[in-house]
Amino acid sequence: MEPITGTFTVKSGLAEMLKGGVIMDVTNAEQARIAEEAGAVAVMALERVPADIRAQGGVARMSDPEKILEIMDAVTIPVMAKVRIGHFVEAQILEYLGVDFIDESEVLTPADEEHHINKWDFKVPFVCGCRNLGEALRRINEGAAMIRTKGEAGTGDVVEAVRHARAVLGEIRRLQTMAPEEMYTYAKNIGAPYQLVKLTAEMGRLPVVNFAAGGIATPADAAMMMQLGMDGVFVGSGIFKSGNPAKRAAAIVKAVTHYRDPAILAEVSRNLGEPMVGRTVESMPAEERIAHRGW
Amino acid sequence: MKIGVLALQGAFREHIHKLQALEVEASEVRLPDHLRGLDALIIPGGESTTMGKLAESFDLLQPLKAFTREKPTWGTCAGLILLANRAARQKKGGQPLIGGLNITVDRNFFGRQVDSFEADLDVPALAQAARPEDPTGPFHAIFIRAPAVVEVGPQVEILARLPENGPIVAVRQGHLLGTAFHPELSNDLRFHRYFLRMVETGR
Repeated sequence: MEPITGTFTVKSGLAEMLKGGVIMDVTNAEQARIAEEAGAVAVMALERVPADIRAQGGVARMSDPEKILEIMDAVTIPVMAKVRIGHFVEAQILEYLGVDFIDESEVLTPADEEHHINKWDFKVPFVCGCRNLGEALRRINEGAAMIRTKGEAGTGDVVEAVRHARAVLGEIRRLQTMAPEEMYTYAKNIGAPYQLVKLTAEMGRLPVVNFAAGGIATPADAAMMMQLGMDGVFVGSGIFKSGNPAKRAAAIVKAVTHYRDPAILAEVSRNLGEPMVGRTVESMPAEERIAHRGW
Repeated sequence: MKIGVLALQGAFREHIHKLQALEVEASEVRLPDHLRGLDALIIPGGESTTMGKLAESFDLLQPLKAFTREKPTWGTCAGLILLANRAARQKKGGQPLIGGLNITVDRNFFGRQVDSFEADLDVPALAQAARPEDPTGPFHAIFIRAPAVVEVGPQVEILARLPENGPIVAVRQGHLLGTAFHPELSNDLRFHRYFLRMVETGR
């Protein structure tokens, strides 16, 4: 057999290698280096972190390729970048640039209000957000090689990440107790393909790696997501909107590895400086929330 | 027999599942204490910079060096990088390595993720440990942003190359084993059996 690239095995395989790690949002080469030094397993290259996208408003799009290339040059770890939901041409551009993973992200302004990208068309793997099991399995059906909870990005409030993680993991637990005939109806009700529902029940977990995202700001937040059963965490605004990014980044990395060890969690949580200011999701008007984007 | 799997980050669970499938006791290693009582160690795939950083932060680097000097150890992908005496294309400012294998690895030799691939490898040595229920013929290997071995010292045995006399992707030096790919992701136990045999024969 000739060597073959771009298979689902190698796409989901990269996600497997990121497990137990922290993926950090960065906006320039200097931040990318800080993230790599802190032990990040990958960086997400962005022009603006979600907190700034929220503050500045307007249409949020794929970052300038110049910016992404600058970050790719600065580090040896995988580099991810975001495209708008449904914007397959932004994805073609990122694939051409050699980005290691594409995040089809609700943090940017959606380009298509009915369709997500057909991710099977690409050699580069995709990660997509979800709020529940049905949404996760629809994205996997479209070719996503990795899933993350949406949470509520750019808030520093972990409550939505917890809600979405508990929704997905709780639904998987319930699925495992179902009779086969119940599973058909369940698949219909959650709008997910039956074969993926059945596979999830057999495996007892999502068929791809599942990270937490959207509002994680402290080592304790990160460790909580791991104890809930997530495979790793994305930290967006939480690091570079805090008082001491290098220290906080390293602390969150340590917390994800030692997530069950309260002595280490206590130690790494000390003297981290100011966390990102944050705003509670509860206080936000519905139109400012972004987790509902995606279908 | 008890085998530890370095669990700082990466695909450690998959190695543990393979060991369990072979009815071997397996445990996770995150701190120096966790090395006590182990007969062998596997260093999984993941990010070598992250693992190196975490090993340094929790004073695990010296204990790992001491352990791997004597006891059978197998590194896959990032684990191969960590077990190499020399690594090309390290992150800026360099990165901590455990060392032991007298080789030079080139990190991400094959390029970025879009260049990750699957390939069939001829690995004659696997026949020593294979069982009747195992697949026969080539080993189907999965390479993810993989390194390659670009220099080997005289004591190093080359176990596998890519087809047509391609780059070296599996090596052994006495009690140390290194693979640039991920047998923990393949549906094939032969590499794990091969390592267990190394542990059993005490080399």
